[in-house]
Amino acid sequence: MFDPYKIREDFPILKRKINGHPLIYFDNAATSQKPKQVIDAIRDFYENYNANVHRAVHTLSQEASELYEKAHEEIANFINAKGMEEIIFVRGTTEAINLVAYAWGLHNLKRDDEVIVTLMEHHSNIVPWEILSKIRGFKIKYAGIKNDGTLNYESLESLISNKTRMVCVSHVSNVSGAVNDVKRIAKIAHEHDALTLVDGAQSVPHLPTNVKDLDVDFLAFSGHKMLGPTGIGVLYGKSEILEEMAPFQGGGEMIKEVSYNEKTKSCDITWNALPWKFEAGTPNVCGGIGLMEAVRYLRKIGMENVKAHECQLTAYAMQRMQECKKVRVYGPKDAASKCGIIPFNVEELSSHDVALFLDSYGIMIRSGFHCAQPLHQVFKLQSSARVSFYIYNTREEIDSFIEVLKEIEQA
Amino acid sequence: MDSVEDYVARTEETCGEEKAFIIIFKYDKKEQAITKILKKAKIEKSISNIIFELNFKGVSFRLYSTGKAIFRNLKNKNELNSVLNELLS
Repeated sequence: MFDPYKIREDFPILKRKINGHPLIYFDNAATSQKPKQVIDAIRDFYENYNANVHRAVHTLSQEASELYEKAHEEIANFINAKGMEEIIFVRGTTEAINLVAYAWGLHNLKRDDEVIVTLMEHHSNIVPWEILSKIRGFKIKYAGIKNDGTLNYESLESLISNKTRMVCVSHVSNVSGAVNDVKRIAKIAHEHDALTLVDGAQSVPHLPTNVKDLDVDFLAFSGHKMLGPTGIGVLYGKSEILEEMAPFQGGGEMIKEVSYNEKTKSCDITWNALPWKFEAGTPNVCGGIGLMEAVRYLRKIGMENVKAHECQLTAYAMQRMQECKKVRVYGPKDAASKCGIIPFNVEELSSHDVALFLDSYGIMIRSGFHCAQPLHQVFKLQSSARVSFYIYNTREEIDSFIEVLKEIEQA
Repeated sequence: MDSVEDYVARTEETCGEEKAFIIIFKYDKKEQAITKILKKAKIEKSISNIIFELNFKGVSFRLYSTGKAIFRNLKNKNELNSVLNELLS
């Protein structure tokens, strides 16, 4: 039985008071809070297992390596990947996308090729492609958005052609919470021999994810948005594509052999097996183990329950926000078609004023562009305030939020 | 004489066309900073003693009792520092 009140007991930070009020944390799209199980796993690693991985024959290194490899396996199971060879640990979603841009794009994209990006992307799924297009000369085409913040599939489909090599799309918008049909997009892309890169930063923490069913080629997501520590994230890639790709960064761990060749006066290098070929240098071992614990926690709750709880909270918040006459909500109006993210503004106030006012009451929300300026241009907004929910949020917290919103309106 | 650095922990510059500076006062100095500012600036509106809409020599800004302030319509950081200097000196 899903019980957010019981879940809250696992999150020490939720006992805090901010500005004299109980903390209400509604900035989960930026980062999530951490349960004591994750905090304990991190402490346990440093107290009992800390060593470098894959580098030594001593007991500690063996134990650390086993834990680190186990973390890859559990993440693979969590998203139904074939195995740990398809799971590359990176710093976060941004690094995962950059990895694809440079390790795949730099070697495969050329003049006359096209990459399709949607206007609802986070800057991290726009900027790497824009930088690379200046180097390689390929064209970027932007798929449009409808007024309600949902993806315009007709616009996207009209852009895909035989020149298209990659389609980059977020599974869930970090501004509107709109859920994109990435399975449909992957199917269309594959019909044109193009690949798909999905930004899963806002979907993997909140929805059941099955990469085999979605049939996407790459999926990027961050650990810290799904109860894990910062500095750890994942790039899922189909193993057959990863095998063909050049490495991203060079260094230790990612090579099998480096031998000096007297004839050529250079080093002959063979790459390590997947996923280590893409994990140069000493990895974030503890981060991986913390993320494994986070995934165990989420699996115990059940991702269907996570999705249902957030959907209920979103529907309730959107319904109650209608009581506020000066509040304007953006994005899809149907809570069932989105994740737990609600962008809004209050008449005559900037989003930062709204956020600072709510902060006075211990309510943490985000204000600004949320790293998605093109989408704000579509909405014709200077900026927006954003509430975003997770497993430990409650209807009572939404009631408190609405009370303060009403006070802001009267101010 | 006190300087801006004595009171200000961080300055955040918002992005986009609607540029604003958000000032976060040092936790242990915020009460002093608020007192000084309220003495010098003209209070145009007070909301539950939580938010103060203020004006100082033609510069409008909002001050929060939590120790934060938001300044708009300033040309740049130099102008912000100059206003803060006068308010906090």
